[in-house]
Amino acid sequence: MPKKIEIKNLDLFYGQFQALKSVNMAVDGNNIVGLIGPSGCGKSTLLRSINRMNDLIEGVKIRGQVLLEGIDIYSSKLEIYELRKRIGMVFQRPNPFPLSVYDNVSFGLRVEKFKDKKKTAAIVEKSLKAAWLWDELKDKLHKSALSLPLYQQQRLCIARLLAVEPEVILMDEPCSALDPIATMKIEELMLDLKKDYHIVIVTHNMQQASRVSDVCGYMLLGEMVEFGRTADIFTNPKDKRTQDYITGRYG
Amino acid sequence: MAIALSAITMLVLIVLFIIKEGLPFIFKIGITDFLLSTDWEPAAGKYGIFPMIAGSLWVTLGAILVGVPLGLAGAVFLSEFIPQWAMKTIKPTIELLAGIPSVVYGFIGVMVLAPLIREYLGGPGLSIMAASIILGIMILPTVMSISIDSIKAVPNSYREGAFALGATHWQTIHMVVIPAARSGIIAGIILGLGRAIGETMAVIMVAGNAVKLPNSPLDSVRTLTANIALEMGYATGMHRQALFATGVVLLIIIMLLNYIAMTAIRDRGKKK
Repeated sequence: MPKKIEIKNLDLFYGQFQALKSVNMAVDGNNIVGLIGPSGCGKSTLLRSINRMNDLIEGVKIRGQVLLEGIDIYSSKLEIYELRKRIGMVFQRPNPFPLSVYDNVSFGLRVEKFKDKKKTAAIVEKSLKAAWLWDELKDKLHKSALSLPLYQQQRLCIARLLAVEPEVILMDEPCSALDPIATMKIEELMLDLKKDYHIVIVTHNMQQASRVSDVCGYMLLGEMVEFGRTADIFTNPKDKRTQDYITGRYG
Repeated sequence: MAIALSAITMLVLIVLFIIKEGLPFIFKIGITDFLLSTDWEPAAGKYGIFPMIAGSLWVTLGAILVGVPLGLAGAVFLSEFIPQWAMKTIKPTIELLAGIPSVVYGFIGVMVLAPLIREYLGGPGLSIMAASIILGIMILPTVMSISIDSIKAVPNSYREGAFALGATHWQTIHMVVIPAARSGIIAGIILGLGRAIGETMAVIMVAGNAVKLPNSPLDSVRTLTANIALEMGYATGMHRQALFATGVVLLIIIMLLNYIAMTAIRDRGKKK
């Protein structure tokens, strides 16, 4: 059985600038994978190369492999739209569409031209429940998603993903626009979701990485300095640079 | 400040003048007789402007049918599918269209478009259809450039969100980008509509100016603006007042449209 996601010797260039240098990592099992490192270390770039969001940027060149269950996602064997349905993404700033709550959650179904109204309603309800929003929003399904407070918007974006049942959820600093209480809610939600989904989270909040992740990668200047069990990285880092970062010597 | 005030004063004076000249006439004739009667024979004391109202509405509707699909499609293409640098040269070029004098549009309509219509579709050539096509092209820069601005103003995060759910570029455009830009696009359409209703010279040249209710797009019509411009030169007394009253009707229609456009733009501001 191939691993869910395996990244092999991945190089990524923005024009002349090399943002990722021969990165290796794997996502497998019911683990939350955390990626940490100082700003500009390439952790978001790495995350965005897993569902090919970097393709939207002009002048990006990629070498190496990203394998989803053994299939190279940059090869023609996997269509990009199919890939993005299987690997969903939550962004740094909540980005619900300027549509109603209901239309946001059912968006992915409409993308797939799914017509059954009853089933759609059931999926919307299920997804909102899974993102712990149903009780708060069941009477506001037809309100604009933009009128919700930020912490609900971010969970709505998660619900929107769950509706298309991705296999992997990528989270790009999902809590950086949220206050501590809202952050805690999202973290609890992640721990709940990891039963059913593979989750990769980028965070610049080291405490968050230590709280939620099971496996963790420390990146610096485009390099994966250390990748291993979170407990090991935080208590017994092998690399001097990791230790310096963990102990707050820089970053 | 003084300059701004003087502009406002001019506006108020113009409005007051038109109303003062036109309104007493409307009351004298009766508002229903004026607006709904189809007889316009100033020499016989008959002043019904319904054919002209219908003419203006048909021609404007036609202009919308021609200009909006083209303008919107162009705006989507320019803002979503071509590189930034190309757009930076193409958009000002399109806006140049707005600077061409309307008499030139009318001239092209008379010399090229009307004969084509006459030959291939029948009728006099100078018709609703000719006027609609010419006006549609004339409102293109307005519709297109405001639509481009509002599509460009849609945050990229919406596009990313849609792509991340597996949407194609087209799905992203029609399911997210256009709904998000909708109020701006509507404002652009309404401003274009105002321009179409108010346009005079090009319409006089290509619409044929017959005072009768049209039966088909190939019939000739006279618009409110054409009515004023054509007859003002020799009108006196009641006739002259009737033309001012026509102006009042035109003014009200255009102000209504502008009001709707303003509301649409303001609503967009609120949502953000």
